[in-house]
Amino acid sequence: MNTAIMVLVVMGAVGIVFGVILAIANKKFAMEVNPLIHEVDEVLPKGQCGACGYAGCANYAEAVVLNPEVPPNLCVPGKDAVANLVAELTGKKSEQLEVRVAHVCCSGTTSKAVASYAYKGIHDCAAAKLIQGGPKGCKYGCIGFGTCAVNCPFGALQMGEDGLPIVDQDLCTGCGKCESVCPQNVIAMLPATAKVKVDCNSRDKGIDARKLCTAACIGCGLCKRNCSYGAIEIVNNLAVVDVKICQDQCTEATCVGKCPTKAIKTFIPQAEVTAAEAIG
Amino acid sequence: MAEYFTLFIGSVIVNNFVLTKFLGLCIFFGVSKNLNASVGMGMAVTSVITLSSILAWIVYHFVLLPFGLTFLTTIVFVVLIASFVQLLELIIKKQAPALYNMWGIYLVLIATNCIVLSVPLLSVESDYAFVTSIVFAVGSGMGFALALILMASLREKLAYADVPKPLEGMGIAFIVAGMLSLAFLGFSGML
Repeated sequence: MNTAIMVLVVMGAVGIVFGVILAIANKKFAMEVNPLIHEVDEVLPKGQCGACGYAGCANYAEAVVLNPEVPPNLCVPGKDAVANLVAELTGKKSEQLEVRVAHVCCSGTTSKAVASYAYKGIHDCAAAKLIQGGPKGCKYGCIGFGTCAVNCPFGALQMGEDGLPIVDQDLCTGCGKCESVCPQNVIAMLPATAKVKVDCNSRDKGIDARKLCTAACIGCGLCKRNCSYGAIEIVNNLAVVDVKICQDQCTEATCVGKCPTKAIKTFIPQAEVTAAEAIG
Repeated sequence: MAEYFTLFIGSVIVNNFVLTKFLGLCIFFGVSKNLNASVGMGMAVTSVITLSSILAWIVYHFVLLPFGLTFLTTIVFVVLIASFVQLLELIIKKQAPALYNMWGIYLVLIATNCIVLSVPLLSVESDYAFVTSIVFAVGSGMGFALALILMASLREKLAYADVPKPLEGMGIAFIVAGMLSLAFLGFSGML
């Protein structure tokens, strides 16, 4: 009987003592968390892509609520819808963010591009690049093992049959994760309203580039000479398009017709691609 | 001094808590996918084991033993450890936010883990003195951290290996852990 009472007393005492300690600690070490942070976090797309510049959606929510200088429209995947919601919640003004999509600057499919060696190793672009710059003859081209597709938080990239990734423009939010993980830096972010795209990344001299890939940009400059708006420059044997001039001023893309290797092509928005597929 | 050293080496290598005693397996398999997380977890577990071991020893020798209530050991230890870890988390969150960002989240995961409970229980069973139980606690934490880091390094490589589909994930992890355990069997009988 005595033991039973002792048990009750000791257990009760331990419970009460720790209960009290925890209650005091809760008050004493209480940290104020602004409830608005949680509300903003709920609105964000939760891709944890980092395009806003913060490590994850929770950190951006905290920054935008607590820091008056952080703009509410940093969430690239969220686009206008999220920017407006965040602006409303935090009482800040949001400006229009440009919609971007990912673009793989390479048309070196398995049929067009030459391979320099047979690669048998880890099925990852970064790993393959460590071995003499990758199994493709052109050392600037897409290696094709899908590191970008695996890292896309929105599943917008799929590896195609021909060794190049295909971008689903509807799913692509323009967050830029693929651009940062690609070891060849062959993915660029293009505005959704772009008119032309250069499907090549090769800095090799024309003759060498052509030997390694039939669809390469040889840096001949025909596109540059034919562009009446001065939107194209040839830098390091590669055509570089100034997107601003091309978007705003160009009315007819003469460059596309003049390219001898078809490296520069018309940029087709997803809506037209889907419509074309539906008809054809 | 020599017996402390023997005890330490014993609990790190010979009687490794994960690979020989098979304790703390859920965190072992849960966190070992990532090497950085594993290092943080190892540190968190070592600190929690040591601190709660000290607390448990004090409660055992000054409350349970004098009142002849040693049969309450398990339950009192559980309550003790759970509340202590809660307290620790509150303190760290407030006083050291940088530390909390690094491994604060693991504290909740190890609050009632079997390895944290078993270390005080075993040191009470073996009737260790105060300093001995501390050495034992630090040793077991280090042993756990060692096993975790080894496993994490192996699993990171495994992610790229050609594993048969049915064994992917947990299957191959258990097999590898078994092999690690077999390897550590070589240390038995050393002390």
